[in-house]
Amino acid sequence: MDFKLPLGDWAEAAVQFLMDHAQWLFDAIDLAVGAVAGGVQAALTSLPGLVLAGLVVLIGLWRVGWRFALFAALSLLIIAGLGMWTQTVDTLALVLTATTLALTIGIPLGIWAARSDRVDAVVRPALDLMQTMPAFVYLIPAAMLFGLGRVPGVIATIIFSMPPAVRLTSLGIRQVPHPLVEAGLAFGCTPRQLLFKVQIPTALPSIMAGVNQTIMLSLSMVVIASMIGAGGVGNEVLRGIQRLDIALGVEGGLAVVILAILLDRITQSFGTRNPAARPARISWRTVLCRRGVGAVPADAASSRTERVAEAG
Amino acid sequence: MTAKIAVKGVTKIFGRHPRMALDLLKAGHSKDDIFARTGQTVGVHDASLEVETGEIFVVMGLSGSGKSTLVRMLNRLIDPSAGEILIDGRDITRLSRADLTELRRRDLGMVFQSFALMPHLRVWENAAFGLDIAGESLRSRRDKAQTALEAVGLGAYAESWPQELSGGMQQRVGLARALANEPSILLMDEAFSALDPLIRAEMQDELLRLQADRQRTIVFISHDLDEAIRIGDRLAIMEGGRVVQVGRPDEILKNPANDYVRSFFRNIDVTKVLTAGDIARRDQVTLIRHTGEGPRAAVRQLRERDREFGYVQDGRRRFQGVVSVETLLGAIERSNGAATLDEALLPGIDPVPTDLPMEDVLLRIASSPCPLPVVDAQGTYVGAISKTAYLETLGRTR
Repeated sequence: MDFKLPLGDWAEAAVQFLMDHAQWLFDAIDLAVGAVAGGVQAALTSLPGLVLAGLVVLIGLWRVGWRFALFAALSLLIIAGLGMWTQTVDTLALVLTATTLALTIGIPLGIWAARSDRVDAVVRPALDLMQTMPAFVYLIPAAMLFGLGRVPGVIATIIFSMPPAVRLTSLGIRQVPHPLVEAGLAFGCTPRQLLFKVQIPTALPSIMAGVNQTIMLSLSMVVIASMIGAGGVGNEVLRGIQRLDIALGVEGGLAVVILAILLDRITQSFGTRNPAARPARISWRTVLCRRGVGAVPADAASSRTERVAEAG
Repeated sequence: MTAKIAVKGVTKIFGRHPRMALDLLKAGHSKDDIFARTGQTVGVHDASLEVETGEIFVVMGLSGSGKSTLVRMLNRLIDPSAGEILIDGRDITRLSRADLTELRRRDLGMVFQSFALMPHLRVWENAAFGLDIAGESLRSRRDKAQTALEAVGLGAYAESWPQELSGGMQQRVGLARALANEPSILLMDEAFSALDPLIRAEMQDELLRLQADRQRTIVFISHDLDEAIRIGDRLAIMEGGRVVQVGRPDEILKNPANDYVRSFFRNIDVTKVLTAGDIARRDQVTLIRHTGEGPRAAVRQLRERDREFGYVQDGRRRFQGVVSVETLLGAIERSNGAATLDEALLPGIDPVPTDLPMEDVLLRIASSPCPLPVVDAQGTYVGAISKTAYLETLGRTR
């Protein structure tokens, strides 16, 4: 049988059609995303390395504790010692850009989906599709529409990392206990007040979990996006794979893992509800518990290297 | 007295086609029948009642009887399908969104079974929640929240987080939140049901104390009859979405509308509901103390009616004391026939007031040699309670 479903041809035709007829739109997006990405990158690289590192350590001290701050200082020192500092900062800039844009779209979309069953019915399968598609698949149309470089990398990353922000925002708001909503209404909330004074604050831990997941996913995608020239630590890992250079691969991988742990722990700390819910003093038990949570990015990092290996 | 809240023929149908169900209801179909035919659930059916200004009105019923639905229609957390609800004479079912919001902010406070405190707000911010929503300034919010917290005894906990407090304390915060903007009506939905019995009793006393300070109109939902009787001025009993009886606790107890109400009251401690006046009987011999009627005549009367004791009143029916055949004969013997009734009075007989609860009558009756005399506030004799009559009352309601 010679018949083959020409789905691939159709997809190609669709992308071609978009390129022919909506190039202005992609140019505009290119310009906007490029400006944000460039701005973030310029801001981060304009800071002296020591100041940036000090900032990270201080945030760690404020939000998590002195042990974590010590860990942050040591691990940043390792990155610098590996000669990966510039690349790591580039990656951080890409992650921050992609995350900011993903959240700007994802959180309002999640709120909308929580308030309307019809929107939810449309958004849910779209998110399923976005999450189940292999990450690399986004790279091809992104590269075709936006060329090679930072912008298509950021755009592929936004698409890949947005679903948890939408899902967990929507879930968090839908799961606000009914009595709290009733209390809000009984005391005379308007719909807007109900959203901003009751639903969003109550759903905040869930929304922050979504933010955390989005950051972690965008970190993993940014590394993959180095294949279309997004730059950063991903480049080192990719070079390591292409040349079968174990040393380079390990060094790049380690930088990614360190960045993942730092981002994860710091963003998670913003998910706790209020000071009362956080332990005043950090005991060994809580450190161990948090280690357990901290294992997530390490897993993500290992699956990431697997994916990169496949690509090589 | 004018009715603060008047509920007139209110019906609530849950489902997409309330009109169909309403027509069937009018045609006299039952709740189950309507559910089977249309899939619509009748929450409340043709409820009518009036709540007077300043009273604590308790809505009682088992779960599923529609009491929560009824109270939620008073602030339109649930919109009625038919009927009118008047608050201060204004039909709130016709209010615009803006007017409804205004009414909720100004006139209606609500306390929830699950406390429903905002976990992201400190205690004082929770107490000030309604004020914040209404757009009051920070200073005024702080002041009023503090006043409300002090009224419920939590002045020192303003800066705490709700989850740091015990259940009873959290519900005090819930109460403070409802009181902070000084609404004229307080809706309390099983407000104390989630608390353990000791704390619950404490909160009931707290509510009565607050009510004594300043009269509000309180609609209180409960499935606990002891609670209803303890705090309620009047009760409404609901069954299957209908209001089956409205009245004072003792009225309902003495005159239950149907078997459902009777079974509700079966396990109730009647000694807390009924008072001495309710169970006093006028079947004792009464003797009028005036010059003509002496001990001899009294003995004759008692023997004729085969009674041991006589209850002495003065000319204006005020209670004077109790005499017995024995003391009368003793007095006659001592004085050679010139005795008065006063000389024959039994020592140590104190009448009880009509409003003394039955539970407090128990000890007095146990130690009394004769049926216990009952007098009203003016000292007028209204009857006596014998040990037999007391036990019969207990037995009748078990």
